[in-house]
Amino acid sequence: MDFLTTFPDIGRQNLRDIKKSVDATFKDFSRSYGEGIEDFFYPLLKFLVFFEKLLINTPWPIIIAVLAGLAWLGSRNWKLVTGTIISFIIIGALGMWKDTMATLAIISVATLVCIAVGIPFGIWMAKSDRMQSIITPVLDIMQTIPSFVYLIPVVMLLGLGKVPGLLAVCVYALPPLVRLTNLGIRLVDREILEAADAFGANPRQKLFGVQIPLALPNIFAGINQTIMMALAMVVIASMIGVKGLGVPVLQAVQNQYLALGLMNGLAIVALAIIFDRVSQQYGKRLQKHREGGHHE
Amino acid sequence: MSNNEIKVEIKNLYKIFGRNPQKHLEKAQNGMGKSELMEKTAHVMGLCDVNIKIPARGIQVIMGLSGSGKSTLIRHINRLIEPTAGEIIVDGVDVLAMSQDELRDFRRKKASMVFQKFALLPHRTVIQNVAYGLDIQNVPEEEKHQRSMKWLERVGLGGFEDNYPSQLSGGMQQRVGLARALATDADILLMDEAFSALDPLIRTDMQDILLKLQEELHKTIIFITHDLDEALRIGDNIAILRDGSIVQQGTPQEIVLKPADDYVADFIKDINRSRVLQLGSITHDGKAESNIILERSTTIEDAIQSLRKANANDANVIHEGNSIGVVTLNDMLGAIERPDATNTGENAYS
Repeated sequence: MDFLTTFPDIGRQNLRDIKKSVDATFKDFSRSYGEGIEDFFYPLLKFLVFFEKLLINTPWPIIIAVLAGLAWLGSRNWKLVTGTIISFIIIGALGMWKDTMATLAIISVATLVCIAVGIPFGIWMAKSDRMQSIITPVLDIMQTIPSFVYLIPVVMLLGLGKVPGLLAVCVYALPPLVRLTNLGIRLVDREILEAADAFGANPRQKLFGVQIPLALPNIFAGINQTIMMALAMVVIASMIGVKGLGVPVLQAVQNQYLALGLMNGLAIVALAIIFDRVSQQYGKRLQKHREGGHHE
Repeated sequence: MSNNEIKVEIKNLYKIFGRNPQKHLEKAQNGMGKSELMEKTAHVMGLCDVNIKIPARGIQVIMGLSGSGKSTLIRHINRLIEPTAGEIIVDGVDVLAMSQDELRDFRRKKASMVFQKFALLPHRTVIQNVAYGLDIQNVPEEEKHQRSMKWLERVGLGGFEDNYPSQLSGGMQQRVGLARALATDADILLMDEAFSALDPLIRTDMQDILLKLQEELHKTIIFITHDLDEALRIGDNIAILRDGSIVQQGTPQEIVLKPADDYVADFIKDINRSRVLQLGSITHDGKAESNIILERSTTIEDAIQSLRKANANDANVIHEGNSIGVVTLNDMLGAIERPDATNTGENAYS
């Protein structure tokens, strides 16, 4: 009966050996390749640092003006522009300007990295069913595995700092963009693709002239999701040394500072809402002309 | 057709859909029918031993009900669908032997296509849509604009160039589709149920536009339709497709006068025969009592009007200036009688 009530596992000793050997192998790996990998990411680090400094050192009125301008370009909506200006003034007045700029920097760079990596993978996935069946489970893992689990090897390899934080953010924020790019391209009307074929379009002309433009609303929804998920990772990223609004939130959690947590938390929410609305409005405007509207 | 130059020739074309078409090809070639093939092998017969010679500079209509394989057939001509077996010769060149690059060139310059649901690019303006084929060929900007503007105006859409397709009605969208196909100056125009999605009045308009353009362009047009009236109206030649096989080929006159089987007979029983049939097909020897002279290609509908106006009972029929015989009102009535009208008993028109 003992056999049925306790699961017959492989035994403590064996288990310990397995874990030990995995850990040792990875340690060896990180010892011999860690530096190389660090070098590989060095340009990214430099760019991130540069961008963060740029945001922090630029006089705040210029930053607010630029952000308001971007909000206007994206949404063509005065309410949103006013909301953006007011939010940033309140953030600054409550002493969170520097942290907000740091967060803005990492979110922007993470989004750029995700776009640079995610869209090509999404396209690849749409082109080949085989790739889709390989990438889909990987995306599932990236989205569901607890962030702390993949933070361990990342930190072992690269130490604490901005780059591991950026990677952690990207791992979490990348999947929706890949998925939605894939979906958008697969949803392109078969008849329109057939027309492109019938006029002799080559694969490149089809991709850039038909598939990507028609998938753009979906790709944009993906970018929007990526930004939102990157913001959601701010606090976790702060645990491995990323500066920004996550740091005070973490402090607040550890010391039960209600007001501090609330203020910085709300600042993240404000950023999220602004990004979300502006990018959604922009996505909508992209589609406007093609969904009819003015019938003559 | 005044000459017999063959533009497109389709020989022994088979298309079988399914997991392993090659394996079951032989059964189809040995005469297994569509339903039997489906039952025994779970393969669908798309096309079965299709042979058509399509003359240059005419309108070849391919007609059939849905599921008859007509859209499959037209897609073989520019190889949007690969056949299971057979040959497709265009201007003496085997389309099936072309490499990918040659095929693309063929599609760019030789054969353009108009689609049932228009298949316009929603993110491009009307003029950009018309220019699409030229874009793909990297035609220089200036020339591209001129050529596409010319065709846009020819289909009557000048002034709409900066609209988006979704802002146009169905009929206008299909005119854009037609202009897009014409803009590449291809000799062959493949029209896949091009007017079927339009309402009847607009459809007639579009047929007029097409016939008028054809009067001066003399393209080889392959036109798919399920609408017999449309087929009879625009077709120089008609091929009727059923279950992937051709059941009859001929001019509209031949189809209406001598339906090959019950299927075709059933098809044509409800059409307005007086509008299709021409005097030439019912003329017999003799001389008319009246002095009315009518051209051989006059439709019965028009001829009856002329006779009634002149209060006459018969007319002389001519062709290229020479008298070829006589036709009486009674002949005409006999010819336009429905073939299944039982009380006459006889096929007075045949």
